[in-house]
Amino acid sequence: MSDALIMAGRSLRLSARSPEALLTALMLPVMLMVVFVYLFGGAVDIGTKYVNYVAPGVLLLCAVTGAATTAVTVCQDMAGGIIDRFRSLDVSGPAVLAGHVTASLLRNFVSTLLVIAVALGIGFRPHSSVGAFAAALGVLLLFVAAASWFAAAFGLLVRAPEAANSAMFFLMFFCYASSAFVPVRTMPTWLRGFAAHQPATPVTETIRGLLLGHSHPLPLGAALAWCLGIGLVSMGSAAVLFRRRTA
Amino acid sequence: MTERDGFTRTGPGHLNLGQAGPRAASPGLAVEASGLAKSYRDVRVLAGVDLRVPAGTVFALLGPNGAGKTTTVRILATLVRADDGVARVAGFDVRRDRSQVRRTISLTGQFAALDEMQTGTENLRMMGRLSGLSRTAARQRASELLGQFELTKAAGRRVATYSGGLRRRLDIAASLVGGPSVIFLDEPSTGLDPQSRLAMWRVIEGLAASGVTIFLTTQYLEEADRLAGRIAVLDAGQIIAEGTAAELKRKVAAQRLDLTAASRAAFERLVRHFRGALVHQDDVSLTLGVPTEGDAAEVRALLDQADPDRSLIAGFTVHSASLDDVFLTLTDSAN
Ligand SMILES: Nc1ncnc2c1ncn2[C@@H]1O[C@H](COP(=O)(O)OP(=O)(O)OP(=O)(O)O)[C@@H](O)[C@H]1O
Ligand SMILES: [Mg+2]
Repeated sequence: MSDALIMAGRSLRLSARSPEALLTALMLPVMLMVVFVYLFGGAVDIGTKYVNYVAPGVLLLCAVTGAATTAVTVCQDMAGGIIDRFRSLDVSGPAVLAGHVTASLLRNFVSTLLVIAVALGIGFRPHSSVGAFAAALGVLLLFVAAASWFAAAFGLLVRAPEAANSAMFFLMFFCYASSAFVPVRTMPTWLRGFAAHQPATPVTETIRGLLLGHSHPLPLGAALAWCLGIGLVSMGSAAVLFRRRTA
Repeated sequence: MTERDGFTRTGPGHLNLGQAGPRAASPGLAVEASGLAKSYRDVRVLAGVDLRVPAGTVFALLGPNGAGKTTTVRILATLVRADDGVARVAGFDVRRDRSQVRRTISLTGQFAALDEMQTGTENLRMMGRLSGLSRTAARQRASELLGQFELTKAAGRRVATYSGGLRRRLDIAASLVGGPSVIFLDEPSTGLDPQSRLAMWRVIEGLAASGVTIFLTTQYLEEADRLAGRIAVLDAGQIIAEGTAAELKRKVAAQRLDLTAASRAAFERLVRHFRGALVHQDDVSLTLGVPTEGDAAEVRALLDQADPDRSLIAGFTVHSASLDDVFLTLTDSAN
């Protein structure tokens, strides 16, 4: 446990010194928010103010890009000699991985606050109580944790850090093919079934509902089940993959 | 233990290695392995390796590229599991008592195990914390090690800016934070310039003088000769010879006869004549070397047989065999 915290501190320090990680954590979210609201916002007509619709979606997109960084950092650790040092210091595999995931959570917490600030600056107007706001943040962070564990497992599966980067595209695809940016009903029929039932949609809908104070029932159960499911399966796979890689 | 006994004494060392002293001074074997075997897919990397390293000594595992040195060290350091055989390090079984072994040893791999984007100090403090030191103790230990390894000036810089020699020194320092009593060094001087290599040797000699057990691998006979009390020669996953440097040299031939050919044609005829016996051959300077006992009668006979007309050999020298000669002879006969 304390090893995981030391590893998290290390991981945060390393990302603070990596221009790429900083860009992904701080610049990208701001850019995405601006792009979606100003560039696409004019073309999308969904009956409400688009910034209100899309801000939760951008939060989700930023969360997955941030979480995907975990795949690269885990992969880099495995490729370099440092993992041998950690192992010979008797640091367990799960502790190393948990360190990366914890750091990812903290990085994403900061990015999320930044995205919300930018969104508020360009016209996003949430209607939620403090409790609902905190709940939305909680669901988002649970999603980040699940996506980070998934990315950690992915980073153990591939050998090259460049390949690990493709975890980002995989995760982003789920965001785009969900209700994050446009309602599912506007999608072509063949995509609708997938879009409505894949994890990103209930997560987005829950966060959006909590932030905008929707009165209709939220798919909170589905969102939590997906996050816990993905998180636990990824965690288990990561532990197995780590043991296989270091056998 | 003949000529290298200096390394086995415990006594006051130059380096303070924390808790290392008492355990290393206890009698017995620091490393004991028998029948270690390891294959990757259908490639047999180790084919039954036996090793015995007394505590408090310096041991060198010598072998060419791909001999299986790294694999052996990684098995002993609990990072890789052997397919077969048993190994004990400081009395602990590498398979069953993995955590105890890890707490007792340190490993400096062939490639630096450091964070490039952290400074030297930050790296050492992190390793200290991970090996269970408190924040204050880790800070203290870091500055102690930085001082001992003459890294204080570079301590505040990121490792990415370090030269190869600095990096290797920091890597060894980092492995020592927990006060290990058995130190594994995988090719500690590979890739270093002569000056950094010399500095590395002094570091290793200093460690040895502090009483810990050192298990190093190398491709350089000179290095094994200088640092180690006992040497095992590993080739294609098997130990083909083991002993002190002097014993190994005696095993083959005490002396080497070097001949200088009179012409290229003469050189080629001499090479054909000696063929398998050659331990040295230089096509540019037209010299070749063969093992000999070194007494006058034998040398005279060798010269007469190789050059009955007394036209091929322009000159000769006799000198004691280097470990290179031993190595070439041993690996040749093993193949
Ligand atoms: N993880 C692995 N998978 C497949 N083959 C491996 C693996 N590790 C080592 N080998 C093979 O085992 C053999 C011995 O490797 P090892 O690294 O132990 O040799 P070495 O003596 O340390 O060589 P070098 O001097 O080049 O470092 C090599 O042929 C190598 O290709
Ligand atoms: Mg090697």
